[in-house]
Amino acid sequence: MLSALLVMTGIALAIGAALGYAAVRFRVEGDPLVEKIDAILPQTQCGQCGYPGCKPYAQAIAGGEAEINQCPPGGEEGIRKLADLLGREVKPLSEEHGVEKPKAVAVIDEQTCIGCTLCIQACPVDAIVGAAKQMHTVVEKLCTGCELCVAPCPVDCISMVTQAETVQTWKWRYPVVPLRVEGKRAA
Amino acid sequence: MRALRKLFSFNGGVKPAPHKAASIAEPIAIAPLPERLMVPLWQSTGAAALPLVQAGDRVLKGQRIGAADGGLSVAVHAPSSGTVLEIGPQPMAHPSGLLAPAIVLATDGEERWTELEPVNVGGTPPDALRDILRDAGIVGLGGAVFPSHQKLRPGAHGTRTLIINGAECEPFITCDDMLMRERAAGVLRGAMLMKHILQAREILIGIEDNKPEALAAMRAAAGSEAEVVAVPTRYPAGGAKQLIRVLTGIEVPHGRRSTDYGVQCFNVGTAFAIHQALDHGQPLISRLVTVAGNVARPRNYEVLIGTAMREVVALAGPRPDTNRYIMGGPMMGLPMPGFDVPVVKATNAILAGSPTLFPPAPPEQPCIRCGDCARACPADLQPLELYWFSRARNFGKAQEYHLFDCIECGCCAYVCPAHIPLVDYYRYAKSEVWAREREKEAADAARQRFEFRNFRQEREDSEKAAKLAARNAAAAAAARAAADSPAPSATAAEPAEPAAEGQKKALIAAALARAQAQQAAAPPRNTDDLSAETQAEIAAIEARRQEPATTANIAGGDATGTSATPTAMPAAADKKKALIAAALARAQAQQAAAPPRNTDKLSAETQAEIAAIEARRQQAARLPPEPAPEPPREPPLEPPK
Repeated sequence: MLSALLVMTGIALAIGAALGYAAVRFRVEGDPLVEKIDAILPQTQCGQCGYPGCKPYAQAIAGGEAEINQCPPGGEEGIRKLADLLGREVKPLSEEHGVEKPKAVAVIDEQTCIGCTLCIQACPVDAIVGAAKQMHTVVEKLCTGCELCVAPCPVDCISMVTQAETVQTWKWRYPVVPLRVEGKRAA
Repeated sequence: MRALRKLFSFNGGVKPAPHKAASIAEPIAIAPLPERLMVPLWQSTGAAALPLVQAGDRVLKGQRIGAADGGLSVAVHAPSSGTVLEIGPQPMAHPSGLLAPAIVLATDGEERWTELEPVNVGGTPPDALRDILRDAGIVGLGGAVFPSHQKLRPGAHGTRTLIINGAECEPFITCDDMLMRERAAGVLRGAMLMKHILQAREILIGIEDNKPEALAAMRAAAGSEAEVVAVPTRYPAGGAKQLIRVLTGIEVPHGRRSTDYGVQCFNVGTAFAIHQALDHGQPLISRLVTVAGNVARPRNYEVLIGTAMREVVALAGPRPDTNRYIMGGPMMGLPMPGFDVPVVKATNAILAGSPTLFPPAPPEQPCIRCGDCARACPADLQPLELYWFSRARNFGKAQEYHLFDCIECGCCAYVCPAHIPLVDYYRYAKSEVWAREREKEAADAARQRFEFRNFRQEREDSEKAAKLAARNAAAAAAARAAADSPAPSATAAEPAEPAAEGQKKALIAAALARAQAQQAAAPPRNTDDLSAETQAEIAAIEARRQEPATTANIAGGDATGTSATPTAMPAAADKKKALIAAALARAQAQQAAAPPRNTDKLSAETQAEIAAIEARRQQAARLPPEPAPEPPREPPLEPPK
């Protein structure tokens, strides 16, 4: 009787120690779920979801505070991926947060720009260069198309230009098959 | 030696009808100089070249007009002498039908060459040779247009075997065959140059056994320098990995390059272009193009890059029912969006198509997983699985089944009994994956920049806070020192504080006195030419202004005079009261003296109304004067200047 108790206690202690050691040794820094959600989000940093950037939105989703359908730049595909990851229902994009648009970049009309630096302060990815009373310009490669610079401009010299397809970025179309369902999707 | 070489074999492959005989009946012809040349800036797998000329510039034949931009980019050159008409979007030999930037030349017919400098290959280091090839615009002429200078780097363990690809397995195309027949010496010389750059040990020239003339010509040229090997005719024996496998038995695994196994493979056309670039200093401005298909006289032409395809096909006599061009062969060729697209470095053949020659594919039927495609696939893939995943847009899964090892040879679609355009699905899936990768890269960059910006803002905020805290701490420390020191010993500290205070006050007083002096010395100059009425007004205002100024002066004098603290309080209170009284008086006087001027021209009725309002206002103003310390809100209580 006593030996059985001792054996069981010994096993319990050994396993407990092993678990305790593993908890310290293999501790995961940060929340891996937030990282996974953040990887799906488009990193536009536009704040249309109601959070100041993609990471905060990812944290809100992980914390159960936000729905998965608040990201217009991510679009339907983004919602589907989030639903897959989190095991939630796919929902249509929430209308109050905006609509899915083709990717555009901000372009500053350099004749009109007065060099107020307001757009530079608004840009979440530092894609606008310029200085006080100097002309500003958007680095097209870095622009995420978040539109946050459009509103602060006092002279309305920033416009969003949809990016045209080039020979390099052109994609082969989905082969059109005479099956009705697929045909509709391809269109 | 020749008989001893053991040939290997690749799995799959098909044997389509060759259709080659028609275009090898006649020797290579030089296409006439067109009036207009459109040279696209994007003619390699990398970025588009950067234009070096402007509209209106005169250029010479062979002059570099576009510089390489990045590692996978090569230069482009003027194919003939003439004038640059424009640099802008032009039709492009690309299935998208989109316009791409190109340099448009009007040729002058003189064909004046720029100065050509043959390269001393033996005395030039390999890196310099690679740069020369890049600036000569040399790319793989088999159709992939991968920059040759990037491929001419020895692998990690050196390059043992250099393979020259003369297999030319695709139906209709005969440009490599004709090149080897007519210019075998140049091809061999190019191969020798590449062997030198790569420090390779042997050269193997693989040619399909259905080209006996080319085999004989190359054997005659090669002698003992290179081994010319006849490979069995089976499509796609000319695929790089397939040819390497046939000649060496090396099966290059997924995700690795043949360089890692000491083998490098080049097209015969590329070898000839390298010979011209290094031995004659002549950049790549023309190439051999097979014109075949729905034409009366199929033939090979040497065509300047940038010539419109319509003009090239016109030489071969297209039949009237020609409705489209295909760049390349019937298996791997790309449909061209129009007839006016230019010949580019990738154009090995132009096939004129017609509804009778290439009838539209019969209707697609569902895949029954018969597995014919898997048996035909020379890359040892499972085409049906790739098809299912691509069709379902399950790109991750398609990649797991090695979508990117597919060489788009078209064997699977050729044998498919259900007539499914399989390659179209793979191309679709590949370009979708590439687009997602581009998006992912952009997103990662944006995330990094966003995080850095947040970090930067936090750092700036904390720096600001630290500075403020430091300043506050310094002030607090000074105050503490000032408060602490008089308590323990009244000797050293006491005189210090009043001295500091006194100094400050003296400074203020001095500044005030200076301001006074300035005001007195320099009367405002813009009042000289005014009317008498205005002058009088100004004088009145001046008088009023003087009044508080003097009080301030007195107060200032006060402060400087005595050692301050005990007397300052009552003096300040007195001053305030005096100021308030003065301000009140001023407001009264102003109201009485200056009736509002904009009411003069109004109707009698309105005047009466205004008078009534004025009266009410006066009444209201007069009501609260009894408590005195609370100043009426009308006159703003300004501190004296």
